Amino acid sequence: MFPTAAALALGDDALVLSHRLGEWAGHAPVLEEEVALANIALDLLGQARVLLSMAGDEDELAYLREERAFRNLQLVEQPNGDFAHTIARQLYFSTYQLLLHAELAAGDGPFAPLAAKAVKEIAYHRDHAEQWTVRLGDGTDVSHERMQRACTALWRFTGEMFQPVEGLGLDEKTLTAMESAWLDSVTGVLGRAGLTVPDGPRGGAWAAGAGRQGVHTEPFGRMLAEMQHLHRSHPGASW
Amino acid sequence: MATAAAHRPPGAQAHGAEDTAVIEAYTRRFDAAVAADERIEPRDWMPDAYRATLVRQIAQHAHSEIIGMQPEANWITRAPSLRRKAILMAKVQDEAGHGLYLYSAAETLGVGRDELLDKLHSGRQKYSSIFNYPTLTWADVGAIGWLVDGAAITNQVPLCRCSYGPYARAMVRVCKEESFHQRQGYELLLALSNGTPEQHAMAQDAVDRWWWPSLMMFGPPDDESQHSAQSMEWKIKRHSNDDLRQRFVDICVPQAESLGLTLPDPDLRWNEERGEHDFGTIDWTEFWEVLKGNGPCNEQRITQRRKAHEEGAWVREAAAAHAAKHTGEQTGETGATRA
Repeated sequence: MFPTAAALALGDDALVLSHRLGEWAGHAPVLEEEVALANIALDLLGQARVLLSMAGDEDELAYLREERAFRNLQLVEQPNGDFAHTIARQLYFSTYQLLLHAELAAGDGPFAPLAAKAVKEIAYHRDHAEQWTVRLGDGTDVSHERMQRACTALWRFTGEMFQPVEGLGLDEKTLTAMESAWLDSVTGVLGRAGLTVPDGPRGGAWAAGAGRQGVHTEPFGRMLAEMQHLHRSHPGASW
Repeated sequence: MATAAAHRPPGAQAHGAEDTAVIEAYTRRFDAAVAADERIEPRDWMPDAYRATLVRQIAQHAHSEIIGMQPEANWITRAPSLRRKAILMAKVQDEAGHGLYLYSAAETLGVGRDELLDKLHSGRQKYSSIFNYPTLTWADVGAIGWLVDGAAITNQVPLCRCSYGPYARAMVRVCKEESFHQRQGYELLLALSNGTPEQHAMAQDAVDRWWWPSLMMFGPPDDESQHSAQSMEWKIKRHSNDDLRQRFVDICVPQAESLGLTLPDPDLRWNEERGEHDFGTIDWTEFWEVLKGNGPCNEQRITQRRKAHEEGAWVREAAAAHAAKHTGEQTGETGATRA
């Protein structure tokens, strides 16, 4: 049977993060970042559309589910904050997403073809996040402090990435290996940026796997209200 | 703005009468090149006024791309289907890209992007007045694509043959993408027009609000256009404002019919004798008011642009500080030296 829950989990991650990045349009600190952030948002939206279509009708799934039915990580729904928050979120997520898709691409499961294409995009996203993390961490005192604050603030959402997802076909051992590769990779980048690896918990009992279970943070409901409003106002219409 | 001395051809150190003679010789050569439809390139001599006009026009064009992102980006987070959302995001991204090409083209004339952005932020340079109108419904995204991009293309296609090479080449790239956006806007409106009664009404309302402002995009009437004559002589401009506006109206009328939408002009009708459409009088008072800064969104647009720039200052400073610390280093070695 097709692993619908897994397609939704990965599709929702991409959909929600793409939406957040779309909020940057017209607000980026420099023109080149208008292009880069929109580019990443588009890649993610493309991935989301493939994954949601595997699970059902992409628009029904995106626009007609309520908050509790979404399966994305809490990390990707976090508000953009300042540019450093957006970059920290990108670094944490793209590092995870790259490891995950490399794993899926190497297998022969239903996600292998999508993953093989997505790894190329994600490698670019991660490179972008890594370069900005280093630039901000190792830039001015102000940027260093902001980057550190962002990395620390989002740290507690990173444990959820390595919780098992039903139907994804990743066993405990693989997840543990991915988690330690993620920690190594992120530690390396933060080190190069002159930043301290946060030492707080990476998600307590209250948070572990919460997004994947449909339990989200407060800002997410507002995000969905905005995203779904027009579609829901015209039931059955096509666009 | 570069000084006149900087434009003097190498070796021309003469003064007074001799200087005048040299300038005259270069002017004759420039005029001959323009007359022969040759392209003027950045290293070529050009009259100061030609350079100034191009800087003004290209900068205003670049600013329009950047400010023009706002009315459409206003709908990215509310786009009603994922397909439409992807199209809109790609379009707004293209506009940022067009801004980048155009600032580069302007920089070949000896001005910096930062300097031009400063002028935009302080109101010393303008952007297209069309972007001072609000996007109130989803259908506005389609009306902008069909009408605003349509008007922009009508204006810009002749610029692909403009006498200044870098601007003409930027226009070739911009026009290709703009025509794509225009078709997408038309297709968006077609879907609404053929959709539910509510969707159809939404499309008609958007066209009603965007039609006249789109006609204003061609600028003031020919007898009130201060830069036109000189720009036509220099082959920066190839057609008059009124000619382009007429061409646009003639293109739009059959398109509106096939969209199943009406254009909000009771005086619009085919004139057999002229072989063109007659159309009503534009509200020039509104045009000049918007141009003066009193349109519905002037304040909002420039405030958002300034805010993005100011709030991004620490990011740009960080990038500069980082680059300064690591000049000469390979990015890959940065980690090694700091480890």
